[in-house]
Amino acid sequence: MRPQTRWISLVSAWGAVLFLGGVTPLVAQATHVANVTGQAARGDKLYQRYCVGCHGPDGDGNGENAMWIDPKPRDFTAGVFKCRSTPSGNLPTDQDLYDAVTRGFVTTNMPPWVALTPQNRVDLIAYIKTFSPRWTGAAAPTAITIPPETPANIESILRGRQTFQRLECWKCHGPAGHGDGPSASTLTDSKDNPIRPYNFSSGTRFKCGDTNQDLYRIFMTGLDGTPMPSFIDNLQPNEAWDLVHFLRTLQPVKSPEALTWQNYLQTHRGELKPIGPEGGSQ
Amino acid sequence: MNRHLAPAFGALALAALATAATDAPATRPAAAGTISGTVTYTGTPPKMRPVDMSKEPTCASQHATEVLTETIVTGPGTTLANVVVYISAGDQPTPAPTEPVRYDQKGCQYIPHVAILHAGQPLEIYNNDKTSHNIHPLSKVNPEWNKSQPPGSPAIKTSYDKPEFIPVKCNIHPWMHGYFAVLSTSHVALSGANGKFSLAGLPPGKYTVTAWQERFGTQTQEVTVSEGGTATANFVFKALPY
Repeated sequence: MRPQTRWISLVSAWGAVLFLGGVTPLVAQATHVANVTGQAARGDKLYQRYCVGCHGPDGDGNGENAMWIDPKPRDFTAGVFKCRSTPSGNLPTDQDLYDAVTRGFVTTNMPPWVALTPQNRVDLIAYIKTFSPRWTGAAAPTAITIPPETPANIESILRGRQTFQRLECWKCHGPAGHGDGPSASTLTDSKDNPIRPYNFSSGTRFKCGDTNQDLYRIFMTGLDGTPMPSFIDNLQPNEAWDLVHFLRTLQPVKSPEALTWQNYLQTHRGELKPIGPEGGSQ
Repeated sequence: MNRHLAPAFGALALAALATAATDAPATRPAAAGTISGTVTYTGTPPKMRPVDMSKEPTCASQHATEVLTETIVTGPGTTLANVVVYISAGDQPTPAPTEPVRYDQKGCQYIPHVAILHAGQPLEIYNNDKTSHNIHPLSKVNPEWNKSQPPGSPAIKTSYDKPEFIPVKCNIHPWMHGYFAVLSTSHVALSGANGKFSLAGLPPGKYTVTAWQERFGTQTQEVTVSEGGTATANFVFKALPY
């Protein structure tokens, strides 16, 4: 059965080439970030030096260090990525992968790879894309649009707080954003490994960036392969910005949103409805 | 014969992926036959556990009686329900029906527990509850997505291109488990509460019939259907307690 399947998929790929006049590439899409073009062959050499220890020779996240690491290294053969600017279920853009390699992943063993040149990083991305057939011949995914940020005033924060209650973010992230909601202890990723929801009081950075735009993108596209779903179908852009502004108040930093919030609480704390099961629909 | 022509029809062959393995029955008008049978088990299947929905009162209040997990649903005697029985080889390729399959979230349960879909067939997912669900089908062959669906949201409309048994879960309500059975054939049935199934409308010929149960895996049988006849295929799964 297996050789037969392989034979047929080869035939199908060949048929698609004929059908589309030979424009469909049989290898992974070309990799471009800004005006830098990646080459998988060069990326291969870099991968064998810098990445293979955790991500493994086959790119499946089973490198020799993997057993000591939690969260586990990314399995590139699955073609599923957390940090994307594209809708849930889609591949990330080259820029997304480039940003992830550059940024690293806070609270994991993946460091920022700023020591590598931009050309090195783009070459690595070109190589990473050879591990999953999902990159082959697929159309380049497009990023979601992020409209300009709305004013981060107290009205926006309060609306965002209502959204946090209405969309039941607290069921995983907890009423105060401490990552201790009623479902938190049951969460597993798509490989059945336990996973914790983000604790907003733990710091200022998120796995997928630290700007308000990054925060907007994270909950709108969701983190594929984890329990964090996409909310783009449920939030208008202005509602999403409101939620961003509220989430900033949960963090232990003096962001403009947090200062506005602290001022508000000094005089209005008693007026707030609780967040959580007793909060009802606000 | 078609091996030499195949490259030219490559794009079309995609649709025929799963069915190209054996010679297709001749396409002359013939009275269609049926394959029917019963799915049973031997041994002791694990007991289904009661679901504790106390953390979600709006769902708990919808159930007057105890809700049990649906991983293994047994019927009278040793019969097994909710088993997907389908033609896995020997079938003519069938086009995807345009009628959408409906998948409901109600009382924090998936209804049906196993949804049968043709590859490419529209799928509509509804939230009938007063709580948010997130629909997270854990597909591996098809792209994996995870979408939130608060109360009152419109249906999520989607489809799957490739055959696959996809576990579905809601991360917010960890007891919610279901399956999308995406197949490349329309000749498929779900065994009933009495373990019985029937695959009708089959032209005479040799078929491979596969039965799939989410815990016990798959079993296959070769079955020959005569003109207008009814062939029997009974499946027996070995049940282990855990």
